[in-house]
Amino acid sequence: MDLTAFADDVGPDGPVTCVGGSTQWAVGGEVDPSARVVRAPEGIEWIVPEEMTLCCGAGTPVTVLLDALAERGQTVALPRWEGATVGGILAVGRSGVDRLGRGPVRDTLLQARVVTAGGLVAKAGGPTVKNVSGYDLCRLLVGSLGTLAFLGEVILRTRPLPEAIRWLAGPADPFELRRRLHAPTSVLWDGTTTWILLEGDHADVDAEAARSGLAEVAGPPELPTVARWSVRPGGLRELSGRFVAEVGVGIVHHTQPPAQQEVDVEVVRLNRAVKERFDPSGRLNPGRCPLGGAT
Amino acid sequence: MTTLVEELREALAPGRVRTGATELALYGRDASTIEGEAGVVCLPLSTAEVQACVRIARRHGRPFVARGAGTGLAGGAVPVGHPVVIVLTKMDRVIEVDAESRVAWVEPGVVNLDLTRQVARHGLHFAPDPSSQQSCSVGGNVANNSGGPHCLAYGVTSTHVLALEVVLPDGEVTVVGGLDPEPPGLDLRGVVVGSEGTLGIVTRVAVRLTPLPPMVATLLLDFTTMDDAAATVSAIIAGGLVPAAIEMMDARCTRAVEEFVHAGFPLDAAAVLLVEIDGLAGGVAAGVERVRAVGAANGARSVRVAADEAQRALWWKGRKSAFGAIARIKPDYYLHDTVVPRTRLVEVLRQVEEIAARHELIVLNVFHAGDGNLHPLLVYDAREPGVLERVHAAGEEIIRASIAAGGVLSGEHGIGLEKRDYMPLLFAPADLALQACLRDAFDPDGLANPDKVLPSGSRCADVSRLGEGAWI
Repeated sequence: MDLTAFADDVGPDGPVTCVGGSTQWAVGGEVDPSARVVRAPEGIEWIVPEEMTLCCGAGTPVTVLLDALAERGQTVALPRWEGATVGGILAVGRSGVDRLGRGPVRDTLLQARVVTAGGLVAKAGGPTVKNVSGYDLCRLLVGSLGTLAFLGEVILRTRPLPEAIRWLAGPADPFELRRRLHAPTSVLWDGTTTWILLEGDHADVDAEAARSGLAEVAGPPELPTVARWSVRPGGLRELSGRFVAEVGVGIVHHTQPPAQQEVDVEVVRLNRAVKERFDPSGRLNPGRCPLGGAT
Repeated sequence: MTTLVEELREALAPGRVRTGATELALYGRDASTIEGEAGVVCLPLSTAEVQACVRIARRHGRPFVARGAGTGLAGGAVPVGHPVVIVLTKMDRVIEVDAESRVAWVEPGVVNLDLTRQVARHGLHFAPDPSSQQSCSVGGNVANNSGGPHCLAYGVTSTHVLALEVVLPDGEVTVVGGLDPEPPGLDLRGVVVGSEGTLGIVTRVAVRLTPLPPMVATLLLDFTTMDDAAATVSAIIAGGLVPAAIEMMDARCTRAVEEFVHAGFPLDAAAVLLVEIDGLAGGVAAGVERVRAVGAANGARSVRVAADEAQRALWWKGRKSAFGAIARIKPDYYLHDTVVPRTRLVEVLRQVEEIAARHELIVLNVFHAGDGNLHPLLVYDAREPGVLERVHAAGEEIIRASIAAGGVLSGEHGIGLEKRDYMPLLFAPADLALQACLRDAFDPDGLANPDKVLPSGSRCADVSRLGEGAWI
């Protein structure tokens, strides 16, 4: 994919913000309103099931990508969020409720071609499913909220669509259930009801569903959208209030804001040191910070 | 020098700071062919002692190099310029296992397989399983983002690391990542993994533990041509099956292993595939049938399923002893590690064979076919004059062929010194400048394992000064 036009849009100076679907626009703080708006290119370059990889523009809507993958019998561990772009999901770095089984969003990114703060196109990572050639900058870019460079084109790891996909729910101890089932893709709990997502071979899903003792439902519960907590999976038993917790993962969708997280002074220093080097003039998404309110 | 050594001895213990010629030589190399020179060797027992080593080295303006078991194949732990070598093998405790959360805190010197053995009673294991897992350390796995046969389904080390305690190059200690799923800030954990000790020294690792699969089936397929074996690999993946592992051995390797281990591998096969499928009963049974069918459709001469655990263990022993077995052909070997797209395996394997023949070398292939991760082994006798030059020349051609096919420099061994100067084959100056910026943010003075990973001349400052358009 030719990124010249995108690089020209970003240019070498002046505050600039890269906008996707704006579905998670509040994460990390307000962007300075004076920042010029740019958009990453969209479009699917290729999907190769034999390699379990795909290449697309960061501006591609995630639903478009997931639909195209499904036609090829593949999927990618990005949440199906209506209106969201692939680049936006990667830049924010938040996974869907199936993270337990499908892995985090951050592990999907194999290669990124980005536009740097200097307005140049640069590459991080590589196109193959396994690669330790140099520093793993793709991990750094996921969740960096577009503060280090703007994602232009990405190569992602895909996986085959499971044969059977089934949600079940009922009153059960989610912790005991997670221990007992082999590898549920999701275990959600609101303090009373437990939801599980089973995926895989038809016979296995049938057997695991029977073992779970839960009843089939259409899908996961409505998630409280006020706050998203990140806690140790071991700390979920003590939750109170109105919430849906991702058991085994530690994400809690809650109606109350989370407790302020302490961030070690060295971690803050390193975050700043990285930002200063990648974007010395602070022009990329000014005002936004991956440490959020934690600074 | 004396003051440096005296200070280190005072901070640790006299017996754990070594300057004897034998030990300096021993710690002057890893499992690669590259030799360096250690200045002084330290054997700390705690984070505080590692921190003391780093601070003392800094005070003397001396670089420092962390090392684990020394099984690295890219020279990542080879000391350059008489640094303080910080050996972490004595920090080998499994500190805490939380079986419910499937997390363990371990020290970096824990041997990979020991960790798996220690958590087996909880029905768990540490998924990364390099062939050297009986001797390599978890800290080394973190430094190189190591893989292994089963990372096809389970992912490489980075996937299994939640948090790291790090002694930073300035001597401060912090924890990057966290046991919670979305720690605030940039994913510093993700870049310390695979940084080969250039961003700091890892002193504790929080690893994710994976449940042992309820069922495992291991298949052995044999082929009369390498092409058929490679086509089978592509067809398995394209058909929507992701086995736990797909390993390939060529004819020379299969013979060498069979004569060494007597695993029942066919001596006349052009290639064998070892395929493992794990999970629940239905998926495993369906997977076995699918591999049988794909194998048959692609010319497999036979498809065998391991009858019991003993046979399975023997087949895997065969695969993992390959590097020992080849000593029967020649006393020395040079092991390469590149990745190519799975669909181009056949073409690149042919080129590897042709390159070796042209340099009058014998090559054996034993590799992670499911990932496209090649491991061509060039075998030789180092006593033969001029042979190492031919080995290096052939190696460079193999690297170039892999990259020309859309591949990368390394799949799991790392860059170290071995491939540092090949980085420009894969990365443009603007790409390398971003990597240099990361390093500079952690270690502006360049004291943590200098001269590794990035080619000389890679500078962070370049990022804003490079000619516009030159690299687009």
